[in-house]
Amino acid sequence: MSQRSFVTIDGNEAASLVAHQASEVIAIYPITPASPMGELADAWSAVGRKNMFGVVPDVVQMQSEAGAAAAVHGSLQVGALTTTFTASQGLLLMIPNMFKIAGELLPTVFHISARAIATHALSIFGDHSDVMAARSCGWAMLASNSVQEIHDLAMISHAATLQSRVPFLHFFDGFRSSHEVNKIEVLNPDDVRAMIDQQYIEEFRQRAMNPDRPVLRGTAQNPDVFFQAREACNPFYDATPQIVQQYMDRFAQLVGRQYHLFDYVGAADAERVVVMMGSGVGATEEALEALLKQGEKVGLLKVRLYRPFAVEAFIRALPPTVRSIGVLDRTKEPGAAGEPLYQDVVTALVEGWSAVHAGTLPRVIGGRYGLSSKEFTPAMAAAVYAELSQQAPKRHFTVGIHDDVTHLSLKVDTEFSTEADDVIRAVFYGLGSDGTVGASKNSVKIVGENTPMYAQGYFVYDSKKAGSMTVSHLRFSPRPINSSYLVNRASFVACHQFVFMETVDVLEMADPGATFLLNSPFGADEVWDHLPRDAQEQIIAKRLKFYVVDAVKVAQQAGMGGRINTVMQTCFFALAGILPRDEAIEQIKHAIEKTYGKRGESVLRKNFAAVDGALGELQEVKVPDAATSTLKRHTITAEGESEFVQKVTTVMYAGKGDLLPVSAMPVDGTFPTNTAKIEKRSIALEIPIWDPSICIDCAMCAFVCPHAAIRIKPYAPEVLTTAPATFKSKESRGKEFEGYRLTVQVAPDDCTGCGVCVEVCPAKSKEAVKHRAINMAPKMEHLEAERKNYDFFLSIPDFDRTKVRIETVKGTQMLRPLFEYSGACAGCGETPYVKLMTQLFGDRQIIGNATGCSSIYGGNLPTTPYAIDANGRGPTWNNSLFEDAAEFGLGFRLALDQTRLYVENMLRAQASQLGDDLVTALIQSPQQNEAEIAAQRQRVATLVSKLQALGTPEALQLAGLASNLVVRSVWILGGDGWAYDIGFGGLDHVLTTQRDVNILVLDTGVYSNTGGQASKATPRGAVAKFAASGKPSRKKDLGMIAVAYGNVYVAQVALGANPAQAVKAFREAESYPGVSLILAYAQCVAHGVNMTTGVAHQKEAVQCGFWPLYRYDPRDAHEGGTPFKLDSRKPSSPFKDFAMQEARFAMLTRSNPKRAEQLFELAQRDIDDQWHYYEQMAGVKRDIVDEMDEVEA
Amino acid sequence: MSIDLSTKYLGLQLKNPLVVAACPLCGEVDSLRRLEEAGAAAAVLPSLFEEQIEHEEQEVNKLYEFQTESYAESLTHFPELNNYNTGTKEYLDLIEAAKKQVKMPIIGSLNGASVGGWTGYAKSMQDAGVDAMELNIYFIPTDPQQSSCKVEDQYVELVAAVKESIAVPLTVKLGPYFTSVPDVVRRVAEAGADGLVLFNRFLEPDIDLEALQVAPNLVLSSRHELRLALRWIAIVRDQTKLSLAAAGGVHFADDVIKALLAGADVVQMATALLRYGPPHLSKLLEEIERWLTEHEYASVSQMKGSLSRGNSPDPSAFERANYMKALTSFTSEFPSA
Repeated sequence: MSQRSFVTIDGNEAASLVAHQASEVIAIYPITPASPMGELADAWSAVGRKNMFGVVPDVVQMQSEAGAAAAVHGSLQVGALTTTFTASQGLLLMIPNMFKIAGELLPTVFHISARAIATHALSIFGDHSDVMAARSCGWAMLASNSVQEIHDLAMISHAATLQSRVPFLHFFDGFRSSHEVNKIEVLNPDDVRAMIDQQYIEEFRQRAMNPDRPVLRGTAQNPDVFFQAREACNPFYDATPQIVQQYMDRFAQLVGRQYHLFDYVGAADAERVVVMMGSGVGATEEALEALLKQGEKVGLLKVRLYRPFAVEAFIRALPPTVRSIGVLDRTKEPGAAGEPLYQDVVTALVEGWSAVHAGTLPRVIGGRYGLSSKEFTPAMAAAVYAELSQQAPKRHFTVGIHDDVTHLSLKVDTEFSTEADDVIRAVFYGLGSDGTVGASKNSVKIVGENTPMYAQGYFVYDSKKAGSMTVSHLRFSPRPINSSYLVNRASFVACHQFVFMETVDVLEMADPGATFLLNSPFGADEVWDHLPRDAQEQIIAKRLKFYVVDAVKVAQQAGMGGRINTVMQTCFFALAGILPRDEAIEQIKHAIEKTYGKRGESVLRKNFAAVDGALGELQEVKVPDAATSTLKRHTITAEGESEFVQKVTTVMYAGKGDLLPVSAMPVDGTFPTNTAKIEKRSIALEIPIWDPSICIDCAMCAFVCPHAAIRIKPYAPEVLTTAPATFKSKESRGKEFEGYRLTVQVAPDDCTGCGVCVEVCPAKSKEAVKHRAINMAPKMEHLEAERKNYDFFLSIPDFDRTKVRIETVKGTQMLRPLFEYSGACAGCGETPYVKLMTQLFGDRQIIGNATGCSSIYGGNLPTTPYAIDANGRGPTWNNSLFEDAAEFGLGFRLALDQTRLYVENMLRAQASQLGDDLVTALIQSPQQNEAEIAAQRQRVATLVSKLQALGTPEALQLAGLASNLVVRSVWILGGDGWAYDIGFGGLDHVLTTQRDVNILVLDTGVYSNTGGQASKATPRGAVAKFAASGKPSRKKDLGMIAVAYGNVYVAQVALGANPAQAVKAFREAESYPGVSLILAYAQCVAHGVNMTTGVAHQKEAVQCGFWPLYRYDPRDAHEGGTPFKLDSRKPSSPFKDFAMQEARFAMLTRSNPKRAEQLFELAQRDIDDQWHYYEQMAGVKRDIVDEMDEVEA
Repeated sequence: MSIDLSTKYLGLQLKNPLVVAACPLCGEVDSLRRLEEAGAAAAVLPSLFEEQIEHEEQEVNKLYEFQTESYAESLTHFPELNNYNTGTKEYLDLIEAAKKQVKMPIIGSLNGASVGGWTGYAKSMQDAGVDAMELNIYFIPTDPQQSSCKVEDQYVELVAAVKESIAVPLTVKLGPYFTSVPDVVRRVAEAGADGLVLFNRFLEPDIDLEALQVAPNLVLSSRHELRLALRWIAIVRDQTKLSLAAAGGVHFADDVIKALLAGADVVQMATALLRYGPPHLSKLLEEIERWLTEHEYASVSQMKGSLSRGNSPDPSAFERANYMKALTSFTSEFPSA
């Protein structure tokens, strides 16, 4: 038998390694935090890695988790060992098939990175609410608490399901375990073969559906037999715990690690015992050890096999001396007598205690902890043990939060720490783009794989996609590390970006005597004066050893740009002393080779140069005796904002949300909009600066800005009298602006520096072609002036909406964006559409947003980019689920229409008191343009004042609903993953309803939010995750599917290629009184394009026919009209020229040139065929019957 | 009596002096086969560019790193790279396939300007089976502080670096823009080159008047360009033992013959082959043979260099005087006003 190796991997990989070995078919669908399991399986199969049977598992992507579960079900029925991976809502979608799979006793394992289910809010983070929701399906449930256990119990699940015939949910905590990197021992293929009994595989295959021995399954049964048949499976559940234990024992013999259904640790005579499962066990065990040392009689029971719940094994695992049990559930079941594990423990004790132990039943209390990856620390566990020793403990409690409403939370002694002195604990503050996390992962691997030490890494990201801070938490220990919580007392703190010193309390976690490494443009002799006072004080008080390195300088000299990661990593190893310096440097280079080797020699060379240059720049700072700085850390104050924003939003933004008590939280998930503006993240290095002398007022810069950080406003000249001296303006062009001045203004703290605006600016200087009407310039040189200018700009009143030529591109940009400063990626292709939509309709808009990028940059707290106008109006926004946005949005429309009918009825009933003219005008107002809408608002105001004057109950009721008389614009937003795949069934249904909703599909052609997995919108030949060898099939033509209905408005737009057409389409769609569908081309990081030129690049997408522009307007589909208008020209360049500018296509020509050639050829034929089809469509005459009219007639 | 067309270039015995220069025709095995059938004596594969290798590596790396490990849901955006290569693997595959399917010598080509890891590909090409290497040095100085001597040092360093990594012969393709071509030839020879290709045609960019952009725009060679090579080959022929290839403007049989007379061992052709196709080669060979017969030459080696500067009855014709003469004769074509 070959030697087992130690590797440093994360939990997802630990699970997937076993699953890929033990499976023949793998059906997948992306969902955080489980996606990496499927991605790895797909990637391994793509390179031909074989399973235990010597064949390459077939990895198939489905349209949703429901589809994946059904495919698994089918595959199992016909005799292939099949698995899948999922989490959260994905698991919920699998439930119907899970009941079937269990009911048919089909052996399988689903690996679950357990994640919170969306309730009052979505959360991508870990808890057990998903697996607990699936516990009635009849599956065995096995919980893993650490990366090593994930690997081990995955193996035991795959083995046990075959013998028991009961399907297994193998789960572990999302992020905390799935994304933690730890050193583990991996099983080799011989182990896998030794664990899995061939006999049961053969029996499984014998049971498979086979026309040579036909059977009938999936029958419909009647009251006569259903019940008995349901009971027939009982013996299998009865046998399962024993089978699991047998495989656990075999595993122990083989590998040496022994597991039990319930593993007890602690005092043999413990009186207080905590029962729990999942990663929190690690923290509790540390607390337990500390308490045992103090002589306390405490214990911990780790639940491994949660279902079938083996009552006797559970009771026997408890010490007979136990008097008090605390059960911890990482889930919440509002209204239940207790959370699930608590209830099971209570039941088990009642049923089983007396048969095993004498004496009275122990007392049981239950608590919730760790929802949505809330930290669970040894101090919190200690608080639970403390509560158990109370005379009258809280029967139900929470731990880890401060509940000042129902007072359920336990008090936690924050001084309680179990961190051992011989464990090196390091935290690294980095910027998303500087490579800190990647280098930290490598550091963990270096130590884990080259020394006898154990190593752990866990990484915390923030809520923004662009310019986000990452914090890497690393531990290095002579013993295996099960500390399942963040480092909060660090012996090494590294700040990789100097700017964080001004915004974040990076030294908060530094232990006394710790080492502090700062990437600083200032040398050892000048850095001190540039630190905020509070940092100086901490350095002195904690006697920190303080070092600086100008990592940017080293990285730039090495040709690495802003990638300072290897420089900082080298300094870390030099200072931390885990390895001798020379060896450390050698190992860093070795790790760099492993990580970047595939990307070429020049990449390695530059990284090596950065490593070699690092130590020469590392300087120790002589710490003065006293703090002298007058600098303060920046905090946001949100002056003038609501109390909620000031007291809650700002706290969350400052990274202190953990401190907010329950009472600070809305009870139903309702938050204010208009909050992104308080952030002022100031992440750009360069910002666009306007040159009015050559500006032509085209407004393209504002039009394409993904972050609404460039604004345009015309105003009367007298406004300028109070303008700051640096405020620029020019004479406004255009009739409607005669005599007006105009300013193009950057929001310097909100700009991400993507440069898209400069790229699209058509005005070039006659003297130097590179100089345009807007040019990128270093932010620091302009920040102070532009801040003042922007403040002044905002104080200028918005231009009157009713006077703007809203049908023009320029006109739209005179309207205030009600979507601003989003946290989307710099250069995002989606957000300009969202912004345009809010400019046109935001003041009367209701948005239902499918889960995805748009729901994340739209609604990921602490803030939202959705904003309000001067009247306080703006989009009202909600995200239901990933799969249901179309139906959700339709629901908006149903309620609006119903309310409107009700209001009209009330109006008519009170017409005599209100005046017939007013009532008629209110009911009949067409509201088809801004002027009419403004007039209607006026009428509504008149109505309300009349109603209030009347004061009758009927009048006041109507007054409360009167605003519904102003036309509402319902928008359904989402990406292609939603529209083409998971949400297509619902979308398709909504298309047929003829109700007035507008659907905007932000089409990037991949699942952008989960990291670029292929969707049915992925074009042929593109490389994506789950399509690593290039997508073989043609992009689905969603637009034409909708056109086929005849009465749906459909448009395909690309605002970088034809902005006027995009504006036209948005306005036509909105004005069409039925269903409208807009497919909007959006470039994405996952395309592998330069995001700065991404918008301009859209022109080429249209030119080559890859993305033809068209509009289908059912209003023209009458009496032989031709409703389909082709808005782009015949393709005039080959697809390949376009494709080679995008890495998603070009990569394939490098990895598999033959296949690339074939797929590109097919893609060209797709384009030719599609164009031919569209050309014919453009001539097709239609006469669509308006069904409702016909019925009424 | 049959004429012996064979010649020796870089120590390789070639059946005739017609070598196909690095061009798209040499990028596919099928067309290499057709070139050989039509009479090509050797072929230089299209260049592998330093820029292509390093730029692509950097670009791919940049794309992979962009927005990576920034947001918890999308830690990466692309599948892990597998079998990815920035063109080098295809290149090596081409060499191997070419060596299997054609008999004529295959010369690999590297194009670049600075010593770097990319020169290591010379060794990979050798291992893949090339019979010789051509190093195409393409450097445009823009820094007024960089002296011509420094630029030439860089050339020499590069030649030495490539030479050191391979055992097969190395020929160096130079541009004509040196103050002293003979001196550069000497230094390149000392650095280890086995041959020279004179000259490289630097592809000059154009300006797009609509887009107001600088645009690359390939212009094929014209016949008059050969004059440049004729002069310098005639001059350096007597000063060096290196193999010499004339390149740039060799279109027809007359051009080939002139180059050989001046002292070239072979000619390199691309434009004419792109324009007239591989069969053009057989026509040329026929015509060369006819000329040699008519002029009573027994072999190509007999005529090679017979009109070099040293062998020319009027050496000064290759020097400045030539200019005056050409100018006079040129203007005399016009009727006087």
